[in-house]
Amino acid sequence: MGSAVVEIVRVRGDETESIGRAAYEHPLIVRLCHWVNAIALFVMVGSGLQIFRAFPSFGAKIPQHDLLHWPKAFAIGGWLGGALQWHLTFMWIYMATGLIYLGYQLFSGNYRQVMFTHRDIPGAWPVVKHYFFRGPKPELGEAYNSLQKQAYTTVIILGVLSVLTGLAIWKPVQFSWLAWLMGGFHWARLWHFIVMWVMLGFVFGHLVMVILHGWNNFASMLTGWKKDPEY
Amino acid sequence: MYLVVTLWADLNPMEKESLEPERMDTDEVNPKSGSEKMAEHKADRKQIRERKLSALSRRELLKLTPVLALGAFAVPRFQKSLLKKGLGISDWVSARMFRTGHLAPTFGDSDVTRFEKFPINDYDVDDPGVILENWSLAVSGLVKKPGEYTLDQVQVLPLVRQNTRHVCVEGWDVIGRFGGARLSDFLSVIGADSTARFVSVKCADDYYESLDMATALHPQTLLCYEMYDRPLTREHGAPLRLNVPTKIGYKQAKYLTDLKVTNVLEKVGYWEDQGYSSFYGL
Repeated sequence: MGSAVVEIVRVRGDETESIGRAAYEHPLIVRLCHWVNAIALFVMVGSGLQIFRAFPSFGAKIPQHDLLHWPKAFAIGGWLGGALQWHLTFMWIYMATGLIYLGYQLFSGNYRQVMFTHRDIPGAWPVVKHYFFRGPKPELGEAYNSLQKQAYTTVIILGVLSVLTGLAIWKPVQFSWLAWLMGGFHWARLWHFIVMWVMLGFVFGHLVMVILHGWNNFASMLTGWKKDPEY
Repeated sequence: MYLVVTLWADLNPMEKESLEPERMDTDEVNPKSGSEKMAEHKADRKQIRERKLSALSRRELLKLTPVLALGAFAVPRFQKSLLKKGLGISDWVSARMFRTGHLAPTFGDSDVTRFEKFPINDYDVDDPGVILENWSLAVSGLVKKPGEYTLDQVQVLPLVRQNTRHVCVEGWDVIGRFGGARLSDFLSVIGADSTARFVSVKCADDYYESLDMATALHPQTLLCYEMYDRPLTREHGAPLRLNVPTKIGYKQAKYLTDLKVTNVLEKVGYWEDQGYSSFYGL
């Protein structure tokens, strides 16, 4: 697997001119799952925050101390019942894309391109230093650098945790062991909330990076092909 | 089917496109000198024509169009029915997840929320003014012995006391101490058809609710007349309410007046009929 680099050539009559390079980085299943999941995550966060508005606290009901007042304009569903409909509908889409993605990655071996392993540990710090203008840009020999692998692997773990914490809140009786692992229903709800914010942290960093790395990088998530990759 | 075919065909478009002939082609048309050949060997890359890559990219982009199907959720005409369908799937899965023998966690007395801190939630009034002395439960539907049942007839059944978690759909939860008769015991007293699908109740404040039969027969589902070892107060649903630790809070109807065993629900429940989950099992 991996992404073999090919030469883009322009042929004019007898002339063959090399005009750049390209690599097929993102298989269709990965791209489909990425975009459907991005939409599902958007809906899950928006409707989740509307659900949170019904009881914006992690303490007791009496007396109730609100943690924050999330504006309705930045929530989905309009009211608690509506938000639950969105949440309980899109959770299936969210999970399905996650499972299809994971299944494909494992089955095809494509996970090797993105999974963070112990071999990536030494390479991660130089990338962090580079991003904070404290070092040169490390050579890249593959589609993702060590820090990217770390981020993409972490967000998959967060995705799994978001489902498990959600399941513990939705079914604290049928999955009482799961809720127990998280410290009970009460804590599971807090974990679900925390996992969401950490994921949003990833999304923010991800979007910043997408903007910084320009069109070719962005287009590769649409067409699969990255023009003039760094390696 | 389209998806399966394209997905499999897509596993590696490079292979599908088979770039080998093209390279040979260019080699033939453009014979290279020794040094040029050396340079190419150094790169040793497959080649793809610019135009071919554009066409390939366009095709790959078009394969993402199924994502647009999600746009149906943004169309007002479809939105309501799609969300209803989604909630229906969740309810269907929930009903299958429900295990009749699996008990909700119970808690020690020290974990129980203090009575004053047990919230009182109504949709209307705290006290619908039930005349407790004249109260009786009207039983109807698929039962052998329909009619009016007094509180004494419920209280002669074995008393079950349990410290269980009460979870509100809003997100808060409390651990309460509840006592009453098993609904399953009462259902045998009235000769209910346990193959019927639902048990529905009506309340003194026009609230109404329903339970699927599996939940109604669950050993922790109570016709509750006690909280914290004392008779129910009016705000908590005197003289009789439901306590269902395997269900969300809005299923725990208070001030019961009617109980019906049925296969057909005209209405599911006060909140359910406004768009909340019909099953909402925990």
